[in-house]
Formats: sequence, structure tokens, C-alpha cells
Amino acid sequence: MAQLANLQITPSEEKKFSQQFAETLKAVGLMDELDTAKASPTFQVTGLTNVTRPDQVDLQRMLSQTAALSQAARTHKGFFVVPRTIEDE
Amino acid sequence: MNKPLNQLTLTEAVTGLKNREFSSQELTTACLQQLDRVDKKIHAYLAINPQAMDAAKLSDKLIATGKFPLLCGIPMAVKDNFLTKRLTTTASSNVLKNYQPHYESTVTGKLLDAGAIFLGKTNMDAWAHGSSTETSDFGPTRNPWNTDHLPGGSSGGSAAATAADACIASIGSETAGSVRQPAAWCGVTGFKPTYGRVSRYGVIAMASSTDSPGPITKTAQDAALIAGVIAGHDPYDATSSTRKIDEIHPENTDFSKLRIGLAKEYLLPQMRPEVIQLIRDAADQFRRLGADVSEISLLDPKYSIGVYTIVQRSEVSSNLARYDGFRYGFDRTNFGTEAKRRIMLGTFALSSGYYDQYYAKAQKVRTLVIEDFRRAFSQVDLVIGPTSPGPALKVGASVDQPMFGEMEDVLVEPSSIAGLTGISLPCGFVDGLPIGLQIIGPQFGESKVLSAAIAYQAATKWHYEKPSL
Repeated sequence: MAQLANLQITPSEEKKFSQQFAETLKAVGLMDELDTAKASPTFQVTGLTNVTRPDQVDLQRMLSQTAALSQAARTHKGFFVVPRTIEDE
Repeated sequence: MNKPLNQLTLTEAVTGLKNREFSSQELTTACLQQLDRVDKKIHAYLAINPQAMDAAKLSDKLIATGKFPLLCGIPMAVKDNFLTKRLTTTASSNVLKNYQPHYESTVTGKLLDAGAIFLGKTNMDAWAHGSSTETSDFGPTRNPWNTDHLPGGSSGGSAAATAADACIASIGSETAGSVRQPAAWCGVTGFKPTYGRVSRYGVIAMASSTDSPGPITKTAQDAALIAGVIAGHDPYDATSSTRKIDEIHPENTDFSKLRIGLAKEYLLPQMRPEVIQLIRDAADQFRRLGADVSEISLLDPKYSIGVYTIVQRSEVSSNLARYDGFRYGFDRTNFGTEAKRRIMLGTFALSSGYYDQYYAKAQKVRTLVIEDFRRAFSQVDLVIGPTSPGPALKVGASVDQPMFGEMEDVLVEPSSIAGLTGISLPCGFVDGLPIGLQIIGPQFGESKVLSAAIAYQAATKWHYEKPSL
């Protein structure tokens, strides 16, 4: 799970978390007492569906390139520097 | 005014400024002096706005012109998960230490437009994950009523600052109880609007399907005042509601027609009899006001724990995936224990093979909770019960308790996952610590909830009690 979530955990955390997960899933398991065969899931609680906005550029909401890059750990010629994800040929 | 200016309610401060009884500079100075005096003991604030006095000076000039907005010159505290262009915003996490937002959240933008002054940003559980404010990466906040105790959370800094009169009013946010529970533990008023009533734009996301910003104030009247400023449709939040906002006319509340249900299942078996008695006393108070109060039955709140845990962890794992440390903030090794625990459980709940067992099941039980409330609100107008199972717990109580928040928030989770509106009001004391009464209303029933709360406070004095710090 830690790997999937891109997190690093220590061996002692691994031990602690696995015990705590069992505890959490036990509390979650109470839901199984309820029959949900006829219930449909609720994803949006106030009943909104298909909310769209006009397909227009909103300048008010746009960050300038300088602002967008201003807090980056590393930049290069106006771009974010990120770790390589594609292998060399 | 015969009390120190920092002790004024928002309503009193607005009136006083309007009538030129004092200036915004005097009011702001009083709050800053109190902050300076008490914050060493309670650690409610993470950062103080160095421009607060300049803003007060400008407010006084504006007030002198006779034409000024509603909250002009009012010193407020803001939870540190609201993006504020001029103030560092950290969500109490080392990942965002020193983060300087480039845009303003809709809520803080509306408050600034209404003339409010931000005294500073308040402490919270890191990423709002918790109900204690002790998972903050910058140290816990302490309860002003007894500094050995927790303020609750996640908006613990805002609640403590309000209770300690280190601001006139404050802003918090709820995912499940994070406004109402700390308000209850700190003896102040915490108001949760309906999901979608107040924009989430610029609020650092926790569980997007339940996140609801709301005020923490000294009175329900104050909460109504702020709600009127921050509520409303926002095109920048697709889930914000376009529904009309009802005017609040508490003076017109006809209690002879008001049906209130006391939720039987919310008087938990493990609850101390003194807590239950205070809630029954509150029910009697509503009877004396003329309301028809009866006991009603709701779905056992224990089922909402599972729904909330799964939905929240899942949304957390998705929302916190954006913190990669490349574009802003620090890398993922800076996440604290609680965030890691939640991200991983959410990742698990959403992973293939487990999705139906956990996430899909939780969303179906959520439907049952919604239907249960719908049935209740066909019988009564409002539901009341305790906000929290008991008074504030001691500092350290949440450490290594992976379900601490869920257990302490068991009575506010059902209304949160159903997107309802609710308020917590002080209704008495146990062991010298405040107890909160919650009033829950149907979706978009804000005016009903606030009117009942204002009437309750007009008839009681609990909200006048002050901690001695």
C-alpha cells in the first residue's frame, strides 16, 4: 500500500500500521450488519448532476508562469524539473 | 461597553464600530494584546498577520466615511487550510511549511470584501486529519478551559482562539464535525452549513464530498452574520449550490409550531449521566420556549463510523496524491503518521478487489443514512442531541489511536455524510469543561437551525461563560 501511495515507511511503522489497519477495518466491518441490497450508492449528497462551466478561458483564475514556478523545488528554462520516468533506450 | 473589547461578540463589535463607540484600531489592539497574553498557553495561532494594525487603520478611515461593508474592521482568525494570498498557508503540515498561496479562497475573499481583518492563521490537525489538534506538525493547541485538555479538532485553533477571546470570531471547516466538535469542547458556537452552501474553492481538500467551511463564534447570532457573508454559489466550486439563501428571522420563530426530536440513539450507553442530563435540560428549555419535543429514533450512529472512515480515507488518498514536492511544498517524506495512515487505508479501500467490499458498500450505507434522516425530518423540524460523547479529553489521548477522531465524532458523522446543516451550542459543564448541544436540520435548513439556536441562547446563559486563562 505504501508503495502504491508513493510513501516511505519504516519497518516499525509497517508493524504498527498493519495492526492499526486491522483495528480500523473491524470498526468499518460494522457496516456489514446493514442490508444494502436495494440501496444505490450516493456519490453527490445534494443531488447535483453534470455540473459544467462554459468552455472559456478565465484569466482571473490563471497563474502567470512566474507565479506557477515560484514555489517549485527545481525549475529549468520555465519548466518544473521532475524525476525521469522514462527509461533510456 | 463595560467589558474588554476583545470579549465582544461579533454582533456587539459590528454595532459598536458602527456607532463609533470605539475604533477598529482599539478593537484590533485589544485582540492582539489578548493573543499575546494567552497564546503561549494555548498555541491557537500558527502565524500572526503583521499587517493587521495597518488594516485596522484603513478600516477606521473607511468607517469615518460612513459607507463601509458589514464586517469592516472586525478582527478574525482563520483556520490554516484556507488559502490566503498574503499569509502563509500550511494546513499544519511540514509538507506545506512556508507555502505562500497565489490565490485567495472564496471564503476568505468574501470576508476580506466584507471588510474583515485577519489576525492570523490558526492551528489544526495536520491536513484536518483528526479531532484533537494534536496531530499538527507544529505542536498541539490546548483547551482554554483547562490547558491539560485538548481543544478538539480539526479546527481546534479557531475554537480555542474564539473561546479565549483572542479574536472576535473565527473560521473553521468541517468534514465530519471539525467545526462543531472543537466548538463543543471549547464552549463556543460552531455552525456547519449544508454541504455546498459555502464554497470549498481554495480550502485545502480533505474529503471533497463532505468538506464544508463554517464559522466558530461566540454566539449563534454571530454565526448567522458570518454565514450570510460566506454562503452562496461559487462558479469555482462545481458542487456549490445555486439555491436561494433564506433570510433568518429568529424573532419570527413560532415555537408552538416547531417539532424537535431528541435522538435516542445519540444518548450513548457509555455516556456519563451528567452529559445526558444537560441534553435533557436543553430539551426542556425548548419545551419551555413552546416547542413540541419528543424522542425519536435514528439509525445507530455507529454505522456512520464505517461510512465516514472509508469515504474520507479514500478521498484523502486521492486529494493528497497531488503533494509531490515538485511544483510546490516539500516531498512526501514530510507527511506525518496520521496522514500516511489515512492515505494508505484509502489506497487500500479503492484498490481493485476491495472496492466493492469497502468503498461501494460505504456509499450504499451512506444512502441509508440519508434516507433515515429524510424519514426523521418528515416527523420533526429539527433533531437535537449531544455534539460529542463527553467533555474534552486530555492532551495525549489521540496518540496511537487510529480511530480517535471517528469515535469522538460519532455523533456528528451521520449528519456530515448526509450533507446536512447543524450547530453546536454550549449547554453546560461537566468537570469544569464545556458540553455541546447540537441542533441538526435538513439540507438547506440553515435558517431553521440558526433561529432555534438564537432563541436557545436568548433563554440561556451558557455562552456567556468565560475560561480564566
